[in-house]
Amino acid sequence: MSEGMDFDWMLRANLAPKGKRPEFFGDPDKEKLLSMVLALTAEVSVLRLRLDTVERLLEQSGALSREEIEAYAPDREAGQQRGEWIREYVARIMRGPQQQMEAMMRESDRALEEVSAELKDI
Amino acid sequence: MSKIDVPPPYTAVTRHGMFPTPRHDEAARFDFLANLNKYLAGTLGPGNKAAYDSQVLPAFKAEHGREPKDRFEIRHAMNQHPHHRFWSAAKRNSMEMRQQNGRSMVLRQLDELDARANQYNHGRDTLELDPSIEVPRYQSAVDIHCMPGSYHGEERPGDVSAGANYDCGIFATTGGGLGALSDGGGQALVEWIRKERPGWVPRRILDIGATVGHNIVPLALAFPETEIIAIDTAAAVLRYGHARAQSLGAFNLRFVQANAEDLSRWPEGHFDWVQTTMFLHETSGKALPRILHEGYRVLAPGGLMLHLEQPQYSADMPLYEQFIRDWDAFNNNEPFWSAMHALDLKEEMVEAGFRREDLFTTGVRAVVDESVFPKAKEGEAEDHGRAAVWHAYGAWKAAA
Repeated sequence: MSEGMDFDWMLRANLAPKGKRPEFFGDPDKEKLLSMVLALTAEVSVLRLRLDTVERLLEQSGALSREEIEAYAPDREAGQQRGEWIREYVARIMRGPQQQMEAMMRESDRALEEVSAELKDI
Repeated sequence: MSKIDVPPPYTAVTRHGMFPTPRHDEAARFDFLANLNKYLAGTLGPGNKAAYDSQVLPAFKAEHGREPKDRFEIRHAMNQHPHHRFWSAAKRNSMEMRQQNGRSMVLRQLDELDARANQYNHGRDTLELDPSIEVPRYQSAVDIHCMPGSYHGEERPGDVSAGANYDCGIFATTGGGLGALSDGGGQALVEWIRKERPGWVPRRILDIGATVGHNIVPLALAFPETEIIAIDTAAAVLRYGHARAQSLGAFNLRFVQANAEDLSRWPEGHFDWVQTTMFLHETSGKALPRILHEGYRVLAPGGLMLHLEQPQYSADMPLYEQFIRDWDAFNNNEPFWSAMHALDLKEEMVEAGFRREDLFTTGVRAVVDESVFPKAKEGEAEDHGRAAVWHAYGAWKAAA
Protein backbone atom coordinates (compact mmCIF):
# COMPACT_ATOMS: atom_id res chain seq x y z
CA MET A 1 0.00 0.00 0.00
CA SER A 2 2.80 2.40 0.88
CA GLU A 3 4.82 1.39 -2.17
CA GLY A 4 4.43 3.80 -5.04
CA MET A 5 2.90 6.52 -2.86
CA ASP A 6 3.56 9.86 -4.46
CA PHE A 7 4.69 11.57 -1.25
CA ASP A 8 6.78 10.70 1.81
CA TRP A 9 3.99 10.02 4.25
CA MET A 10 6.31 9.43 7.18
CA LEU A 11 7.72 12.96 7.01
CA ARG A 12 4.38 14.47 5.98
CA ALA A 13 2.81 12.99 9.11
CA ASN A 14 5.12 15.29 11.09
CA LEU A 15 3.84 18.46 9.42
CA ALA A 16 3.59 21.38 11.85
CA PRO A 17 0.34 23.35 12.04
CA LYS A 18 0.29 26.88 10.65
CA GLY A 19 0.46 29.42 13.51
CA LYS A 20 3.40 30.25 15.78
CA ARG A 21 3.98 27.68 18.48
CA PRO A 22 3.83 29.06 22.05
CA GLU A 23 7.13 29.07 23.94
CA PHE A 24 6.63 27.29 27.23
CA PHE A 25 10.14 27.22 28.67
CA GLY A 26 11.85 30.12 26.91
CA ASP A 27 14.42 27.61 25.66
CA PRO A 28 14.00 25.80 22.32
CA ASP A 29 16.21 22.94 23.48
CA LYS A 30 13.90 22.18 26.39
CA GLU A 31 10.91 22.26 24.03
CA LYS A 32 12.65 19.72 21.79
CA LEU A 33 13.61 17.48 24.64
CA LEU A 34 10.12 17.40 26.14
CA SER A 35 8.58 16.57 22.76
CA MET A 36 11.02 13.70 22.36
CA VAL A 37 10.55 12.41 25.88
CA LEU A 38 6.77 12.37 25.53
CA ALA A 39 6.91 10.71 22.12
CA LEU A 40 9.29 8.11 23.50
CA THR A 41 7.05 7.56 26.47
CA ALA A 42 4.20 6.91 24.05
CA GLU A 43 6.25 4.47 22.02
CA VAL A 44 7.31 2.54 25.11
CA SER A 45 3.63 2.24 26.00
CA VAL A 46 2.83 1.07 22.46
CA LEU A 47 5.60 -1.48 22.60
CA ARG A 48 4.47 -2.76 25.95
CA LEU A 49 0.92 -3.23 24.63
CA ARG A 50 2.18 -5.04 21.57
CA LEU A 51 4.22 -7.36 23.68
CA ASP A 52 1.24 -7.93 25.90
CA THR A 53 -0.87 -8.81 22.86
CA VAL A 54 1.71 -11.28 21.63
CA GLU A 55 2.11 -12.88 25.00
CA ARG A 56 -1.62 -13.29 25.43
CA LEU A 57 -2.06 -14.78 21.97
CA LEU A 58 0.86 -17.12 22.48
CA GLU A 59 -0.56 -18.17 25.76
CA GLN A 60 -3.88 -18.93 24.08
CA SER A 61 -2.55 -20.88 21.14
CA GLY A 62 0.67 -22.38 22.37
CA ALA A 63 2.02 -21.91 18.83
CA LEU A 64 5.33 -20.40 19.80
CA SER A 65 7.77 -20.77 22.60
CA ARG A 66 9.68 -17.94 24.21
CA GLU A 67 12.97 -19.62 23.22
CA GLU A 68 12.08 -19.26 19.52
CA ILE A 69 11.57 -15.53 20.00
CA GLU A 70 14.93 -15.17 21.73
CA ALA A 71 16.67 -16.98 18.86
CA TYR A 72 14.96 -15.10 16.02
CA ALA A 73 17.06 -13.58 13.17
CA PRO A 74 15.34 -11.65 10.36
CA ASP A 75 15.75 -12.69 6.73
CA ARG A 76 16.41 -10.05 4.05
CA GLU A 77 12.77 -9.05 3.56
CA ALA A 78 12.06 -8.94 7.26
CA GLY A 79 15.24 -6.93 7.72
CA GLN A 80 13.97 -4.34 5.21
CA GLN A 81 10.57 -4.15 6.90
CA ARG A 82 12.17 -3.70 10.28
CA GLY A 83 14.41 -1.00 8.84
CA GLU A 84 11.39 0.86 7.53
CA TRP A 85 9.74 0.57 10.89
CA ILE A 86 12.77 2.10 12.58
CA ARG A 87 12.82 4.93 10.02
CA GLU A 88 9.23 5.86 10.80
CA TYR A 89 9.99 5.53 14.49
CA VAL A 90 12.89 7.97 14.25
CA ALA A 91 10.75 10.44 12.26
CA ARG A 92 8.01 10.31 14.87
CA ILE A 93 10.44 10.92 17.72
CA MET A 94 12.07 13.80 15.85
CA ARG A 95 8.82 15.71 15.21
CA GLY A 96 9.76 18.56 17.59
CA PRO A 97 13.21 19.26 16.13
CA GLN A 98 11.84 18.87 12.57
CA GLN A 99 9.03 21.33 13.23
CA GLN A 100 11.36 23.87 14.87
CA MET A 101 13.75 23.60 11.96
CA GLU A 102 10.96 24.09 9.45
CA ALA A 103 9.62 27.09 11.39
CA MET A 104 13.11 28.57 11.30
CA MET A 105 13.28 28.11 7.53
CA ARG A 106 9.83 29.57 6.90
CA GLU A 107 8.74 33.17 6.96
CA SER A 108 7.83 33.92 10.52
CA ASP A 109 4.42 32.78 11.71
CA ARG A 110 2.25 35.34 13.44
CA ALA A 111 1.46 35.09 17.13
CA LEU A 112 -2.03 33.89 17.99
CA GLU A 113 -2.66 37.10 19.91
CA GLU A 114 -2.17 39.04 16.68
CA VAL A 115 -4.40 36.76 14.65
CA SER A 116 -7.03 36.88 17.42
CA ALA A 117 -7.07 40.65 17.31
CA GLU A 118 -7.44 40.56 13.54
CA LEU A 119 -10.27 38.02 13.52
CA LYS A 120 -12.33 40.09 15.91
CA ASP A 121 -12.61 42.73 13.27
CA ILE A 122 -12.88 40.93 9.95
CA MET B 1 -11.69 -1.81 45.44
CA SER B 2 -13.73 -0.07 42.79
CA LYS B 3 -12.87 -0.50 39.14
CA ILE B 4 -10.05 1.81 38.08
CA ASP B 5 -11.36 4.52 35.75
CA VAL B 6 -9.56 4.30 32.40
CA PRO B 7 -10.67 5.27 28.89
CA PRO B 8 -12.02 2.46 26.69
CA PRO B 9 -9.60 0.92 24.19
CA TYR B 10 -9.39 2.46 20.73
CA THR B 11 -10.62 -0.83 19.29
CA ALA B 12 -14.06 0.01 20.79
CA VAL B 13 -14.41 2.77 18.17
CA THR B 14 -16.89 1.84 15.45
CA ARG B 15 -15.28 1.38 12.05
CA HIS B 16 -17.75 2.82 9.60
CA GLY B 17 -17.07 2.41 5.89
CA MET B 18 -14.63 5.32 5.70
CA PHE B 19 -12.76 4.81 8.94
CA PRO B 20 -9.01 4.35 8.50
CA THR B 21 -8.01 0.81 9.43
CA PRO B 22 -5.83 1.02 12.53
CA ARG B 23 -2.94 -1.36 12.95
CA HIS B 24 -2.15 -2.69 16.38
CA ASP B 25 0.41 -0.01 17.24
CA GLU B 26 -1.68 2.82 15.81
CA ALA B 27 -4.53 1.87 18.12
CA ALA B 28 -2.04 1.59 20.98
CA ARG B 29 -0.80 5.15 20.28
CA PHE B 30 -4.31 6.53 20.63
CA ASP B 31 -4.76 4.44 23.79
CA PHE B 32 -1.69 6.11 25.23
CA LEU B 33 -2.90 9.61 24.31
CA ALA B 34 -6.39 9.03 25.72
CA ASN B 35 -4.81 8.03 29.02
CA LEU B 36 -2.22 10.81 28.92
CA ASN B 37 -4.95 13.42 28.34
CA LYS B 38 -7.00 12.02 31.17
CA TYR B 39 -3.97 12.21 33.44
CA LEU B 40 -3.12 15.76 32.37
CA ALA B 41 -6.72 16.92 32.92
CA GLY B 42 -7.60 14.96 36.03
CA THR B 43 -4.33 14.62 37.92
CA LEU B 44 -2.02 17.47 36.88
CA GLY B 45 -4.86 19.86 35.92
CA PRO B 46 -5.91 20.72 39.50
CA GLY B 47 -2.29 21.74 40.18
CA ASN B 48 -2.91 24.82 38.07
CA LYS B 49 -5.55 26.12 40.46
CA ALA B 50 -3.39 25.20 43.44
CA ALA B 51 -0.43 27.11 41.93
CA TYR B 52 -2.70 30.07 41.27
CA ASP B 53 -4.22 30.20 44.74
CA SER B 54 -1.07 29.55 46.74
CA GLN B 55 1.61 31.31 44.68
CA VAL B 56 0.63 33.14 41.52
CA LEU B 57 -2.26 35.19 42.92
CA PRO B 58 -0.47 36.22 46.14
CA ALA B 59 2.59 37.24 44.09
CA PHE B 60 0.41 39.18 41.66
CA LYS B 61 -1.32 41.03 44.51
CA ALA B 62 2.01 41.80 46.19
CA GLU B 63 3.38 43.22 42.94
CA HIS B 64 0.33 45.15 41.73
CA GLY B 65 -1.57 45.85 44.93
CA ARG B 66 -4.80 44.52 43.39
CA GLU B 67 -6.49 41.42 41.96
CA PRO B 68 -5.96 40.55 38.27
CA LYS B 69 -8.48 42.47 36.20
CA ASP B 70 -9.06 39.91 33.47
CA ARG B 71 -8.23 36.39 32.25
CA PHE B 72 -5.32 37.72 30.17
CA GLU B 73 -3.49 39.05 33.21
CA ILE B 74 -3.94 35.68 34.88
CA ARG B 75 -2.57 33.94 31.79
CA HIS B 76 0.56 36.08 31.70
CA ALA B 77 1.16 35.48 35.39
CA MET B 78 0.45 31.73 35.19
CA ASN B 79 2.74 31.33 32.18
CA GLN B 80 5.65 32.14 34.53
CA HIS B 81 4.78 29.31 36.92
CA PRO B 82 6.75 26.07 36.40
CA HIS B 83 3.79 23.76 36.98
CA HIS B 84 1.53 25.55 34.54
CA ARG B 85 4.34 25.86 32.02
CA PHE B 86 5.04 22.15 32.14
CA TRP B 87 1.36 21.24 32.07
CA SER B 88 0.75 23.48 29.05
CA ALA B 89 3.81 22.18 27.24
CA ALA B 90 2.78 18.58 27.86
CA LYS B 91 -0.77 19.27 26.72
CA ARG B 92 0.41 21.05 23.60
CA ASN B 93 2.65 18.09 22.83
CA SER B 94 -0.27 15.74 23.32
CA MET B 95 -2.26 17.73 20.74
CA GLU B 96 0.67 17.61 18.32
CA MET B 97 1.18 13.89 18.88
CA ARG B 98 -2.50 13.27 18.25
CA GLN B 99 -2.14 14.98 14.88
CA GLN B 100 1.05 13.10 14.06
CA ASN B 101 -0.46 9.78 15.08
CA GLY B 102 -3.65 10.39 13.09
CA ARG B 103 -1.85 11.63 10.01
CA SER B 104 0.66 8.79 9.96
CA MET B 105 -2.18 6.26 10.15
CA VAL B 106 -4.22 8.03 7.45
CA LEU B 107 -1.44 8.97 5.04
CA ARG B 108 0.08 5.50 4.79
CA GLN B 109 -3.33 4.16 3.65
CA LEU B 110 -4.47 7.21 1.71
CA ASP B 111 -4.70 5.36 -1.62
CA GLU B 112 -7.18 2.93 -0.09
CA LEU B 113 -9.17 5.66 1.70
CA ASP B 114 -9.44 7.75 -1.46
CA ALA B 115 -10.61 4.70 -3.38
CA ARG B 116 -13.28 3.96 -0.78
CA ALA B 117 -14.43 7.60 -0.77
CA ASN B 118 -14.69 7.52 -4.53
CA GLN B 119 -16.97 4.50 -4.35
CA TYR B 120 -19.32 6.28 -1.95
CA ASN B 121 -19.13 9.68 -3.64
CA HIS B 122 -18.95 9.06 -7.36
CA GLY B 123 -22.09 10.12 -9.16
CA ARG B 124 -24.06 10.92 -5.98
CA ASP B 125 -26.07 14.11 -6.03
CA THR B 126 -25.88 14.32 -2.25
CA LEU B 127 -22.35 15.75 -2.45
CA GLU B 128 -22.18 19.19 -3.99
CA LEU B 129 -18.73 20.80 -4.15
CA ASP B 130 -18.23 24.34 -5.36
CA PRO B 131 -14.64 25.35 -6.15
CA SER B 132 -15.67 29.02 -6.16
CA ILE B 133 -16.14 28.91 -2.36
CA GLU B 134 -13.05 30.48 -0.82
CA VAL B 135 -11.51 29.39 2.44
CA PRO B 136 -12.35 32.27 4.78
CA ARG B 137 -9.51 34.07 6.54
CA TYR B 138 -10.74 32.80 9.90
CA GLN B 139 -10.18 29.24 8.67
CA SER B 140 -6.85 29.86 6.97
CA ALA B 141 -5.06 32.28 9.34
CA VAL B 142 -3.74 29.36 11.41
CA ASP B 143 -4.36 25.61 11.33
CA ILE B 144 -7.23 25.20 13.76
CA HIS B 145 -6.55 22.99 16.78
CA CYS B 146 -3.03 22.34 15.49
CA MET B 147 -4.43 20.18 12.68
CA PRO B 148 -1.90 20.53 9.86
CA GLY B 149 -3.77 21.80 6.80
CA SER B 150 -6.82 22.57 8.95
CA TYR B 151 -10.17 21.31 7.55
CA HIS B 152 -9.38 22.27 3.96
CA GLY B 153 -5.86 20.86 3.55
CA GLU B 154 -5.00 18.19 1.01
CA GLU B 155 -1.96 16.00 0.58
CA ARG B 156 -2.91 15.73 -3.07
CA PRO B 157 -5.86 17.19 -4.96
CA GLY B 158 -9.22 15.67 -4.13
CA ASP B 159 -8.06 13.47 -1.25
CA VAL B 160 -9.82 12.74 2.07
CA SER B 161 -6.80 13.01 4.37
CA ALA B 162 -8.11 16.01 6.35
CA GLY B 163 -11.45 14.42 7.21
CA ALA B 164 -10.00 11.01 7.95
CA ASN B 165 -7.36 12.48 10.26
CA TYR B 166 -9.93 14.63 12.07
CA ASP B 167 -12.36 11.75 12.54
CA CYS B 168 -9.87 9.12 13.67
CA GLY B 169 -8.35 11.21 16.46
CA ILE B 170 -11.42 12.62 18.18
CA PHE B 171 -11.32 9.52 20.39
CA ALA B 172 -7.87 10.36 21.72
CA THR B 173 -8.56 14.03 22.38
CA THR B 174 -11.78 13.33 24.26
CA GLY B 175 -10.73 10.07 25.92
CA GLY B 176 -13.64 8.35 24.21
CA GLY B 177 -16.07 10.90 25.69
CA LEU B 178 -17.95 11.29 22.41
CA GLY B 179 -18.69 7.60 21.98
CA ALA B 180 -18.09 4.91 19.38
CA LEU B 181 -18.77 7.17 16.37
CA SER B 182 -17.57 10.41 18.04
CA ASP B 183 -21.17 11.50 17.63
CA GLY B 184 -22.19 11.94 21.27
CA GLY B 185 -23.08 15.57 20.48
CA GLY B 186 -25.44 14.61 17.68
CA GLN B 187 -26.95 11.81 19.76
CA ALA B 188 -27.55 14.36 22.51
CA LEU B 189 -29.44 16.60 20.06
CA VAL B 190 -31.70 13.69 19.08
CA GLU B 191 -32.41 12.88 22.72
CA TRP B 192 -33.00 16.54 23.57
CA ILE B 193 -35.45 17.28 20.75
CA ARG B 194 -37.44 14.12 21.43
CA LYS B 195 -37.99 15.30 25.00
CA GLU B 196 -38.48 18.93 24.05
CA ARG B 197 -40.89 18.44 21.14
CA PRO B 198 -42.17 14.85 21.16
CA GLY B 199 -43.46 13.88 17.73
CA TRP B 200 -42.02 16.93 15.94
CA VAL B 201 -40.62 16.11 12.50
CA PRO B 202 -38.79 19.03 10.89
CA ARG B 203 -39.15 19.23 7.11
CA ARG B 204 -35.64 20.57 6.56
CA ILE B 205 -32.56 21.00 8.76
CA LEU B 206 -29.46 23.09 8.02
CA ASP B 207 -26.22 22.15 9.79
CA ILE B 208 -23.59 24.88 9.49
CA GLY B 209 -19.86 24.10 9.76
CA ALA B 210 -20.59 20.40 9.57
CA THR B 211 -16.96 19.24 8.96
CA VAL B 212 -17.14 15.42 8.72
CA GLY B 213 -20.85 15.39 9.62
CA HIS B 214 -20.38 13.43 12.84
CA ASN B 215 -22.89 15.59 14.71
CA ILE B 216 -25.54 15.64 11.98
CA VAL B 217 -25.67 11.97 10.97
CA PRO B 218 -27.56 11.02 14.18
CA LEU B 219 -30.26 13.58 13.31
CA ALA B 220 -30.44 12.32 9.74
CA LEU B 221 -30.93 8.77 10.98
CA ALA B 222 -33.46 9.85 13.62
CA PHE B 223 -35.50 11.84 11.07
CA PRO B 224 -35.30 9.77 7.87
CA GLU B 225 -38.09 11.77 6.22
CA THR B 226 -36.35 15.10 6.86
CA GLU B 227 -34.26 16.74 4.16
CA ILE B 228 -30.96 17.68 5.76
CA ILE B 229 -28.29 19.99 4.37
CA ALA B 230 -24.82 20.04 5.91
CA ILE B 231 -22.58 22.89 4.79
CA ASP B 232 -18.93 23.71 5.23
CA THR B 233 -16.43 25.85 3.35
CA ALA B 234 -13.90 23.00 3.19
CA ALA B 235 -14.27 20.52 0.34
CA ALA B 236 -11.72 18.20 1.94
CA VAL B 237 -13.88 17.36 4.96
CA LEU B 238 -17.12 17.31 2.96
CA ARG B 239 -15.76 14.61 0.65
CA TYR B 240 -14.92 12.46 3.63
CA GLY B 241 -18.09 13.38 5.55
CA HIS B 242 -20.37 12.51 2.66
CA ALA B 243 -18.73 9.13 2.18
CA ARG B 244 -18.89 8.53 5.92
CA ALA B 245 -22.60 9.42 6.05
CA GLN B 246 -23.38 7.18 3.08
CA SER B 247 -21.59 4.28 4.73
CA LEU B 248 -23.76 4.81 7.81
CA GLY B 249 -26.96 4.87 5.76
CA ALA B 250 -27.76 8.58 6.12
CA PHE B 251 -29.12 9.04 2.61
CA ASN B 252 -31.33 12.05 3.42
CA LEU B 253 -28.25 14.13 4.15
CA ARG B 254 -26.77 16.38 1.46
CA PHE B 255 -23.28 17.85 1.89
CA VAL B 256 -22.90 21.23 0.22
CA GLN B 257 -19.76 23.37 0.02
CA ALA B 258 -21.01 26.79 1.07
CA ASN B 259 -20.16 29.70 3.33
CA ALA B 260 -22.87 30.38 5.92
CA GLU B 261 -22.21 34.12 5.73
CA ASP B 262 -24.13 33.99 2.46
CA LEU B 263 -27.05 31.56 2.38
CA SER B 264 -28.73 33.38 -0.50
CA ARG B 265 -29.17 30.16 -2.48
CA TRP B 266 -31.86 29.22 0.04
CA PRO B 267 -35.05 31.25 0.32
CA GLU B 268 -36.39 32.84 3.47
CA GLY B 269 -37.98 30.43 5.90
CA HIS B 270 -36.66 27.36 4.06
CA PHE B 271 -35.49 25.38 7.12
CA ASP B 272 -37.32 24.30 10.27
CA TRP B 273 -34.06 23.86 12.16
CA VAL B 274 -30.75 25.70 11.74
CA GLN B 275 -27.83 24.66 13.92
CA THR B 276 -24.13 24.62 14.64
CA THR B 277 -22.22 22.30 16.96
CA MET B 278 -18.90 23.59 18.30
CA PHE B 279 -18.50 25.79 15.26
CA LEU B 280 -19.12 29.45 16.10
CA HIS B 281 -15.81 29.70 17.99
CA GLU B 282 -14.03 28.88 14.72
CA THR B 283 -15.40 31.95 12.89
CA SER B 284 -14.64 35.67 13.45
CA GLY B 285 -16.05 38.85 14.97
CA LYS B 286 -17.85 39.91 11.81
CA ALA B 287 -18.59 36.48 10.36
CA LEU B 288 -20.45 35.28 13.46
CA PRO B 289 -23.23 37.89 13.36
CA ARG B 290 -23.54 37.47 9.60
CA ILE B 291 -23.97 33.71 10.04
CA LEU B 292 -26.60 34.18 12.74
CA HIS B 293 -28.39 36.75 10.61
CA GLU B 294 -28.44 34.51 7.56
CA GLY B 295 -29.47 31.56 9.71
CA TYR B 296 -32.37 33.61 11.06
CA ARG B 297 -33.43 34.58 7.55
CA VAL B 298 -33.58 31.01 6.22
CA LEU B 299 -35.32 29.78 9.38
CA ALA B 300 -39.07 29.24 9.08
CA PRO B 301 -41.44 30.93 11.55
CA GLY B 302 -41.84 28.54 14.48
CA GLY B 303 -38.48 26.96 13.61
CA LEU B 304 -35.55 26.16 15.89
CA MET B 305 -32.08 27.68 15.96
CA LEU B 306 -29.59 25.87 18.18
CA HIS B 307 -25.88 26.35 18.83
CA LEU B 308 -23.80 24.00 20.96
CA GLU B 309 -20.71 25.60 22.48
CA GLN B 310 -18.66 25.56 25.65
CA PRO B 311 -20.13 28.01 28.19
CA GLN B 312 -19.68 31.72 27.51
CA TYR B 313 -17.55 33.77 29.93
CA SER B 314 -20.31 35.59 31.72
CA ALA B 315 -19.65 38.23 34.39
CA ASP B 316 -20.41 35.68 37.11
CA MET B 317 -17.82 33.17 35.86
CA PRO B 318 -14.68 33.51 38.04
CA LEU B 319 -11.70 34.99 36.18
CA TYR B 320 -9.59 31.92 36.92
CA GLU B 321 -12.17 29.68 35.23
CA GLN B 322 -12.24 32.04 32.25
CA PHE B 323 -8.45 31.79 32.07
CA ILE B 324 -8.32 28.00 32.18
CA ARG B 325 -11.17 27.70 29.66
CA ASP B 326 -9.16 30.03 27.41
CA TRP B 327 -6.20 27.63 27.15
CA ASP B 328 -7.09 26.42 23.66
CA ALA B 329 -7.23 29.95 22.29
CA PHE B 330 -3.49 30.51 22.66
CA ASN B 331 -2.07 27.01 22.96
CA ASN B 332 -4.20 24.97 20.57
CA ASN B 333 -4.66 27.37 17.64
CA GLU B 334 -8.20 28.57 18.32
CA PRO B 335 -7.72 32.28 17.55
CA PHE B 336 -11.39 33.33 17.87
CA TRP B 337 -12.07 31.16 20.93
CA SER B 338 -11.30 33.81 23.53
CA ALA B 339 -13.23 36.67 21.92
CA MET B 340 -16.15 34.42 20.99
CA HIS B 341 -16.62 33.07 24.51
CA ALA B 342 -16.61 36.63 25.83
CA LEU B 343 -19.60 37.47 23.63
CA ASP B 344 -23.13 37.28 24.95
CA LEU B 345 -24.56 34.82 22.42
CA LYS B 346 -28.08 35.64 23.54
CA GLU B 347 -27.52 39.29 22.60
CA GLU B 348 -26.06 38.18 19.28
CA MET B 349 -29.21 36.17 18.59
CA VAL B 350 -31.40 39.15 19.43
CA GLU B 351 -29.31 41.21 17.01
CA ALA B 352 -29.92 38.54 14.38
CA GLY B 353 -33.67 39.03 14.73
CA PHE B 354 -34.96 36.80 17.53
CA ARG B 355 -37.31 38.10 20.20
CA ARG B 356 -35.68 38.00 23.62
CA GLU B 357 -38.57 36.01 25.07
CA ASP B 358 -38.01 33.26 22.48
CA LEU B 359 -34.41 32.57 23.57
CA PHE B 360 -33.38 29.72 25.82
CA THR B 361 -30.21 28.07 27.08
CA THR B 362 -29.85 24.51 28.24
CA GLY B 363 -27.10 22.08 29.20
CA VAL B 364 -26.38 19.19 26.86
CA ARG B 365 -24.22 16.20 27.70
CA ALA B 366 -22.86 13.73 25.15
CA VAL B 367 -24.99 10.62 24.79
CA VAL B 368 -22.73 7.57 24.62
CA ASP B 369 -22.96 3.87 25.36
CA GLU B 370 -21.97 4.17 29.02
CA SER B 371 -21.27 0.46 29.32
CA VAL B 372 -18.14 1.14 27.22
CA PHE B 373 -17.58 4.90 26.98
CA PRO B 374 -17.11 7.37 29.82
CA LYS B 375 -19.68 9.84 31.00
CA ALA B 376 -18.39 13.39 30.57
CA LYS B 377 -16.80 14.94 33.65
CA GLU B 378 -17.36 18.47 34.85
CA GLY B 379 -15.62 20.52 37.48
CA GLU B 380 -12.02 20.26 38.52
CA ALA B 381 -11.19 17.12 36.48
CA GLU B 382 -12.88 18.53 33.38
CA ASP B 383 -10.75 18.75 30.26
CA HIS B 384 -11.82 22.30 29.43
CA GLY B 385 -12.35 22.86 25.74
CA ARG B 386 -12.89 19.17 25.09
CA ALA B 387 -15.38 18.10 27.77
CA ALA B 388 -18.39 16.48 26.16
CA VAL B 389 -20.71 18.79 28.06
CA TRP B 390 -22.01 21.84 26.26
CA HIS B 391 -24.26 24.81 26.64
CA ALA B 392 -26.96 25.02 23.99
CA TYR B 393 -27.93 28.54 22.98
CA GLY B 394 -31.25 28.35 21.20
CA ALA B 395 -34.41 30.10 20.11
CA TRP B 396 -37.74 29.19 18.59
CA LYS B 397 -38.43 31.78 15.92
CA ALA B 398 -41.70 33.59 16.46
CA ALA B 399 -44.54 32.18 14.37
CA ALA B 400 -45.57 34.47 11.53
